[in-house]
Amino acid sequence: MSLLLEMRGIQKSFYGNEVLHAVNFSLEAGSVHALMGENGAGKSTLMNILVGIHKRDGGLVEIEGQTVEIDSPAAAQKMGIAMIHQELSSVVEMSVAENIFLGREPVKHGLIDYRQMYKQTEELLETLHITLNPKTKMGRLRVADQQLVEIAKAVSQDARILIMDEPTSSITDREVANLYTIIRNLKKRGTGIVYISHKMDEVYTITDKITILRDGESIATWNTKEATNDMVVKAMVGRELTEQYPKRESNIGEPILELRGLTKQGEFEDVSFTLHCGEILGLVGLVGAGRTETMQSLFGLARAEAGEIYIKGEKVELKKPADAINHGIAYVTEDRKGEGLVLPMSIAHNTTLPSMKELSNKVFIKTAEEKSRTDQILSELRVKMANSKLAVKNLSGGNQQKVVLAKWMLKEPDIIIFDEPTRGIDVGAKAEIYKLMNEFVAKGKAIIMISSEMPEAMGMSDRILVLSNHKVSGELKRDEFSQNSIMTMAMQYM
Amino acid sequence: MKKEMTGEKSAAMKAQQRKNFIAKYGSLIALVIMVIIISLVKPRFVSFINLRNMFRLASINGLLAVGMTFVCLTGGIDLSVGAVMGCAGMYSAYFAQESMNQPAIVAVLVGVAMGLVIGTFNGVCVAYLKVPAFVGTLGSMSIAKSLTYLLTDAKPIPKLSESFKYIGGGMIGGVLPVPIIIFAVILAVCFLLLYKTRYGRYVFAVGGNANAARVSGINIKKIIATVYILSGVLAALAGVITSARVTSGVTNTGEGYETDAIAMVVIGGTSLAGGKGRLWGTVVGIMLMVCLSSGLDMLGVGAYYQMMVKGFVVIMAVMLDSLSSD
Ligand SMILES: Nc1ncnc2c1ncn2[C@@H]1O[C@H](COP(=O)(O)OP(=O)(O)OP(=O)(O)O)[C@@H](O)[C@H]1O
Ligand SMILES: [Mg+2]
Repeated sequence: MSLLLEMRGIQKSFYGNEVLHAVNFSLEAGSVHALMGENGAGKSTLMNILVGIHKRDGGLVEIEGQTVEIDSPAAAQKMGIAMIHQELSSVVEMSVAENIFLGREPVKHGLIDYRQMYKQTEELLETLHITLNPKTKMGRLRVADQQLVEIAKAVSQDARILIMDEPTSSITDREVANLYTIIRNLKKRGTGIVYISHKMDEVYTITDKITILRDGESIATWNTKEATNDMVVKAMVGRELTEQYPKRESNIGEPILELRGLTKQGEFEDVSFTLHCGEILGLVGLVGAGRTETMQSLFGLARAEAGEIYIKGEKVELKKPADAINHGIAYVTEDRKGEGLVLPMSIAHNTTLPSMKELSNKVFIKTAEEKSRTDQILSELRVKMANSKLAVKNLSGGNQQKVVLAKWMLKEPDIIIFDEPTRGIDVGAKAEIYKLMNEFVAKGKAIIMISSEMPEAMGMSDRILVLSNHKVSGELKRDEFSQNSIMTMAMQYM
Repeated sequence: MKKEMTGEKSAAMKAQQRKNFIAKYGSLIALVIMVIIISLVKPRFVSFINLRNMFRLASINGLLAVGMTFVCLTGGIDLSVGAVMGCAGMYSAYFAQESMNQPAIVAVLVGVAMGLVIGTFNGVCVAYLKVPAFVGTLGSMSIAKSLTYLLTDAKPIPKLSESFKYIGGGMIGGVLPVPIIIFAVILAVCFLLLYKTRYGRYVFAVGGNANAARVSGINIKKIIATVYILSGVLAALAGVITSARVTSGVTNTGEGYETDAIAMVVIGGTSLAGGKGRLWGTVVGIMLMVCLSSGLDMLGVGAYYQMMVKGFVVIMAVMLDSLSSD
């Protein structure tokens, strides 16, 4: 195989803080190369340098043996480099087709040829087995579908080098399998693929080589076949990890929340369940089953057409998020950029945003208390940052996710709804978050967790509720959990 | 080899730090340099009398710019401030006429009430009726002007009571103009409001990401509505002070002041997209614009050229600011 890309001695600092120290990375044609490392290790930054989003401070980039200068995304595109970004980056006001062809629209007589564009998009989506209407506005799609569109967009560029930065962070197993097929086809055509992921099983399934980045240094490269799980984790985290899902004595108490027949046609139908103090309830189903929609209406983000909600035995009306919060509910949303964080605001201020009432006296903010509580929760979650006064948008993806978790943990609600809580979080930090979740329910509080990662759902939940095609298709207790029975239930009403 | 690399690295790092420094303090540095140059050429520029006049002017313009800062932080804009200023000026002057025989406080309250009403109107339009801020406040600008002209059929209102005139022309202890005191108090309150209360935090949050703010339990409509009320009230206060200062109500008071206010805000580094900005920057913006006018006047630069200079200054300031965001 021929060497496609070589990056040597790449250095990069932000605000005087060096985040890449002479990193080396190389990629062969027709191979898939995993780039792994903890949150904030510098994976995205290294790749953003390659596609001209960031300027490197030092080092060399060679493509097929030629030194190149890539100083803008347009230059990268010309050189045949495409990237699926970690954060959703589509234009929400535009259609699926317009997003896919952004910057390279088919033109006829000097005008955009929409017929051609829709036709090509339809063909593209079909070959990739994605069932979406090319005319739908991007903003109306759910997160998983947006991610699929971004994959389609990158694939359609026929790039020599394709970078995938956590492409599967919010899609489910079926779509992942689909992605593998796409990747294998690209490999045959000689495309070199950089695959960034925190999911070990994916890395073992699809990649040929693994490079580990730790604190901005490339510390090891192996053939995937020769690498063991322990080697990889130890190289990434710098220590051995014990139990991934820490054990916990479940202590299930009184009912705290009850949904009765919650319905919104076409999104969720007749959803009923009871959540108890001290319980973690897993909410599982395929993408589109209605998990997120149900939780949005529980949190007052959308109105249900029928059904009742009881909190501690009392019937409540939750018309807006503020109502839900006042009743002790918190919601860690799926889309951290859209609903989770105020990007230009500092890390510290994002963390305390929902808790300002508790952190103020009649008139002023209690600054000292605010600072000490923020420092505590941010260090408990090991948010990797230079300074909590920096804008949260400067954090790496996984660390942004930790801030979303931190802001709701600090609020100390009675019930937390987690929607894909560990999206983009590295293995080490995952264990920390699971520990915090366990501590939370040990205090007699309760958690509803939407998760598309089967091991996570099974490892953490006391009980799993399966949704299939907008309806509850079954419920399983801990001793009844199995991959098989859950999947069968998830497919029940399809 | 190794040494060379670190040299290269620190050069790049320094360049970035320099850029950030310029983006943050560029306007302040420009202000200082400008003051030094003008006062070298025209020492009279830093005389007590001229400084006092400049500060007095700044305190009237400044009220609008401070209110505008809150509005811009939420991602909005208030084009009606100049018209509100004129309107409040006229209505307060009407009640301050000697012939009306009212205490000054009544006239002040009437003026401020006009700002409250128009500000509330703006707030309701933008926050609750979802009218884009640019359109909504453009509409109320026209409405406010109409109210101004209707009051006296566009005739000026002379012969204001002595106690009312004190608000604009009075001096505390014979040296310190009342408008400066008023502005200083308002500015201090606004600093506390923006940086020390949760209301201020919410203003930044709503401008930075309204969706995330709502999910965090913030009543975003209320926050948006109140910034327009604040802006209206402060503009009205500026109008009242102006009437008292020029000792009559004049219908064209405040005309074009909205563009100056916006210029001061953006020179100060506040983003019109919302969520990003600083109040002390606005204070620098106010002083920069006022010193520029006064300085150019002293240097004998004609009013028509001054407009051009101001235009370039605003564009430069925003250009410098955008350096930091890469
Ligand atoms: N624009 C920026 N400004 C300041 N610091 C930044 C910026 N982008 C990245 N960083 C910092 O650089 C470091 C590396 O970030 P990067 O996004 O490359 O991490 P990552 O390996 O992709 O992590 P994750 O797994 O969480 O996505 C982090 O400490 C981050 O805070
Ligand atoms: Mg990343």
